[in-house]
Amino acid sequence: MTAAVQELGWLALRFVVDLGAMTAFAGRLLLATLTPPVRLRLFVDEVFKLGVLSLVIICVSGLAVGMVLGLQGYNTLVRFGAEQSLGAVVGLSLIRELGPVLAGLLTTGRAGSATAAEIGTMVATEQLDGIRMMSVDPIDFVVKPRALGMIFVMPFLSALFIVCGLFGGYVVGVGFMGLDGGVYMSSLESAVVFEDDVVGSFLKALVFGVLVGLVATYRGYTAAPTSAGVSAATTSTVVVASVSILVFDYFITALWGV
Amino acid sequence: MVAEPHVELRDVHMAFGDRVVFERLSCAFPRGKISVILGGSGSGKSTILRLIGGLVHPVSGRVLVAGQDVTRLSERQLFEVRKKLGMLFQGGALLDSMTVFENVAFPLREHTRHSPAEVARIVHARLESVGLKNVDDLLPGQLSGGMLKRAALARAIVLEPEILLCDEPFSGLDPVSVRTIEALFHDINARSAITMVVVSHHIASTMRFAEHVLLLLPDGPVQGTPDALRRSADPRVVAFLSEEYAASPPRLVPSGAAPAPAR
Repeated sequence: MTAAVQELGWLALRFVVDLGAMTAFAGRLLLATLTPPVRLRLFVDEVFKLGVLSLVIICVSGLAVGMVLGLQGYNTLVRFGAEQSLGAVVGLSLIRELGPVLAGLLTTGRAGSATAAEIGTMVATEQLDGIRMMSVDPIDFVVKPRALGMIFVMPFLSALFIVCGLFGGYVVGVGFMGLDGGVYMSSLESAVVFEDDVVGSFLKALVFGVLVGLVATYRGYTAAPTSAGVSAATTSTVVVASVSILVFDYFITALWGV
Repeated sequence: MVAEPHVELRDVHMAFGDRVVFERLSCAFPRGKISVILGGSGSGKSTILRLIGGLVHPVSGRVLVAGQDVTRLSERQLFEVRKKLGMLFQGGALLDSMTVFENVAFPLREHTRHSPAEVARIVHARLESVGLKNVDDLLPGQLSGGMLKRAALARAIVLEPEILLCDEPFSGLDPVSVRTIEALFHDINARSAITMVVVSHHIASTMRFAEHVLLLLPDGPVQGTPDALRRSADPRVVAFLSEEYAASPPRLVPSGAAPAPAR
């Protein structure tokens, strides 16, 4: 019993220590971002790796989710004779919730884990120490482009996910279920408010980008210099980033009303 | 004692958590000479290099690099000291997303204002001085072990440091490559009067090319010239230098034998 309580205390303590260390890490990252050099080329490389290479998974998933939403939405709405509102249902659920959240989770799995593994491997093979010994700050050279790249691509990936989803909903609702195309689009257009829904969605995606970028680089940077350490860093990136996305999603929705 | 130390450790107590690496270690490495740190696995050889580079911090004690105590410096100040240091890591530590050329050019691009043509000239000169040609566009993963070490050496000396730290430069290499790297070290040392601190466990090779040796023994360090150590009556030194000792600890490789596993 005492051991269990002790263990709980240790866990809580470790959590707080970890949170503090991550905050300090974020501070160093912010400082590196505000001071030159800009390292534009590395940033563009990362945008390509994290963003462009995620396009296929985002498009396919967005399309599939949109199609499921269209089908489920239609079948539910038709019971109330409200199938004309399918565009609004698909649009609002994608824009306000599913777009940013699912794009965030997919990017965590595809790009966040890769980033953590890459930085972790650099720790294990002494590349980060090598950079330090050449009087270059690895936070500036390795972490900054990756974290900023992640923050930059997330809103775009989320937007793309939403567009693919809207198209998927259209294909099912209009193509398969025989809804009128104009009805779908006008219901979508009249339900979605740009300043509220779209801007909020963008903000959500931006916050998730910060979360994934920070967690992935921090976990990689603090990985133990062994293959087990790299694998633990990758796993914990996916777990921590995914859970934080879902938890933050609730709080953003509750507090900002998005 | 060493006449004119360039790097010095004074009463250094080093531990990782509960594991004590060494207590009250004092040693010095003379300016412009090739010093070799010799010892069994886990004796803290590599840790000494990491202490000198300021990559790890001791529990207590001072580490003087060209007169400056690196244990008291901030990361920013350390960056200034490290510009005088070059380090050759055991695995090379080349950035594996960059080509060999970009790796060697990296310190130049970060710390000098040379034109691209000038950078290319210096990089090629350095690569040639370590015996590498036509490797510009290769990635580190495409190089053999010996070539990788030489490319890493080129990067370590590209800014002409005062002090060159080498972590196990011979591990994983065949006897011919070992001789090549030894010759390179002599060459670099003769040309630029650089202070070198080399970590090794190759006893024969050390006796061949070192000018100063630090022996890390379980009950305290012994230092001196190779000749002095060979003549030493200290039973620990005699035991260490004998084949028997070299053969008995599991991971200490006898001189000239098969390459040691990388860590």
